[in-house]
Amino acid sequence: MKSATPNTRPDGERRKFLERAGAAAMLLSLAPGVRLVELVLARAEDQPVSAQMRWGLLVDATKCSEGCTDCVDACNDEHGLTGLGRPETDAQYIRKVGLRDKTTGKTHSLPVLCQHCETAPCVDVCPTGASFRRADGIVLVDKHICIGCRYCMMACPFKARSFIHEDLTDQVPESPRGKGTVEGCNFCVHRVDRDREPACVEACTEARHGALVFGDMGNANSALSQKLRELTNRQIRSDLGLNTGVRYHGI
Amino acid sequence: MVPIRYQTLAGKSAGYWLLFIALAAVTAIGYAAAHYMEVNGHYVTGMTNQIVWGTPHVFAVFLIVAASGILNVASISSAFGKPEYKPLARLSGLLSIALLVGGLIVLVLDLGRPERLVVAMTYYNFKSIFAWNIFLYVGFLLVVAVYLWMMFEPRMNKYSKPAGIVAFIWRFVLTTGTGSIFGFLVARQAYDAAIMAPMFIVMSLSFGTAIFLVVLVATFQWTSRPLGDDILRRLKNLLAIFVAAVLYLTVAFHLTNLYATEHHGVERFLLLDGGVYTAVFWLIQVVLGGLVPLLILFSPTVSRSRAAIVLAASLVIVGGLAQVYVIIIGGQAYPLVLFPGMEETSTFFDGVVHAYVPSLPELLLGVGGIALSLLIAVIAMRVLPFLPEQLPDSAPHGEDAPTAAAASTAR
Repeated sequence: MKSATPNTRPDGERRKFLERAGAAAMLLSLAPGVRLVELVLARAEDQPVSAQMRWGLLVDATKCSEGCTDCVDACNDEHGLTGLGRPETDAQYIRKVGLRDKTTGKTHSLPVLCQHCETAPCVDVCPTGASFRRADGIVLVDKHICIGCRYCMMACPFKARSFIHEDLTDQVPESPRGKGTVEGCNFCVHRVDRDREPACVEACTEARHGALVFGDMGNANSALSQKLRELTNRQIRSDLGLNTGVRYHGI
Repeated sequence: MVPIRYQTLAGKSAGYWLLFIALAAVTAIGYAAAHYMEVNGHYVTGMTNQIVWGTPHVFAVFLIVAASGILNVASISSAFGKPEYKPLARLSGLLSIALLVGGLIVLVLDLGRPERLVVAMTYYNFKSIFAWNIFLYVGFLLVVAVYLWMMFEPRMNKYSKPAGIVAFIWRFVLTTGTGSIFGFLVARQAYDAAIMAPMFIVMSLSFGTAIFLVVLVATFQWTSRPLGDDILRRLKNLLAIFVAAVLYLTVAFHLTNLYATEHHGVERFLLLDGGVYTAVFWLIQVVLGGLVPLLILFSPTVSRSRAAIVLAASLVIVGGLAQVYVIIIGGQAYPLVLFPGMEETSTFFDGVVHAYVPSLPELLLGVGGIALSLLIAVIAMRVLPFLPEQLPDSAPHGEDAPTAAAASTAR
């Protein structure tokens, strides 16, 4: 009888316990130092994110090939961005942009997504605070208090946001969306909070392109920080001084 | 010395009811259009992820800007002590409230989630100009309401000057806020200019005075109230100065942009090869809404005709809508420059001019906002004595009318 009794929070509690137990088991089983950094980063779900961290992404345009849309496809799958055959109003979190230097004719192909600015214009202009930046640098939309004014879309220098123009069906549970609100790349915050990389990065790595490196810019020893020191990189619209979390190499 | 006597509209004529029903119908159609957009989602409009603010914003911003400027008639009377305008101060205050409400309703109904208005009223990000504007707009309605009360209530008449000064300052701040919505958009080539705020203030004076002139002549004519040429002459001269000032600031804005190489692209688009936006800019905004009214208003012979003055004011209104259209839609149609010096292509319309055609629901919502503004004015004029009984040239309104007479005859 007891098992049939409705329990309001069984899954959450059980999952937390399992996660913590799993983390403890891994900590014990691994050689000291090997996974220590990442495990320190893995915070419990009820703990606030730390401003010591800053999630960021390096796009190595020299490894990004024209015509490849692995990152875009993975993003669309992850967030259920199926599209309704109306490209002008369908949502896109990440897109491949083709560039051609007007003087030299040199071409590049690279993904553009929310740049997760330190001083994000979308966050500045949002009247209700729905557009906000987490302490760890992820910029996202609280869809419960977004009124759909679209001022953030006017303010974003990167055209990184989409307005939901119609009713949606078959949504992905981990990426809830709603007609009349604005959305954009959130660095797959639901994955990042569980120690996984964003879907676009994972897809790029799995396909052995290696054009996307994700990590903690706040940690000087992270793979991303090392890569940023190693490769010359720049920010899009660096003239605006937004200190973006997404950097580009090779353009 | 003739005391100013105010009188409500009788509101019993067939003409009144016809106007009332027509305005109510257009307002209802506007609301139905908004409902249609909300139920289906914005994909049924001309708006896209590239042109995120469409025709409803054009009407809303036009009305909100004009609302601030139309109070100028009252300001000249109280804040600047020009008694000639005093008989029209009440009407000025009324139209100011009416236009602001009409504009705000359009703005709210065009939100993705209009039912979350209460969220906008309870969650604030004080770095957002939109959030400031919520306070500025609501505060403006209160300030003008108090100002009107001071004008209506004989015992409070003595406070109408300080109230008028507060309203005068408030509307400057308010329109600075509206202009800064665009002026602070650092990312966009067509905006990001400090001149936007003063330009919007002068636009407000121009649009507001033009609407006031048309409403004044229409109401006095339809209610058979005598209207002298003196006040019309003053108002049309004032309008001419404002129209010229808008043209001047438009020139200054584009000239400044033209000097900076980084803005050559967007300037070329707006002024030369932007298709519909270039045509609307030159033909409707500059020629039809600027130069032609100036010629009419400054012509010593033509401007004696009341019809010519109303025509000039109407052209200023049309030119004003065109100007806001070019600013809002034209400014978004030009693509964002992410990579200067590079040609950009993508599935998300990078590097290409964004297409936009106003849809019927958007137009109906915008026109519905204008109808709602006028409906509010028409109802209010019937309920309270906003209009002077007459405004002949012979009457020197040089001094405050005996307050008792002014108030009691009204009721």
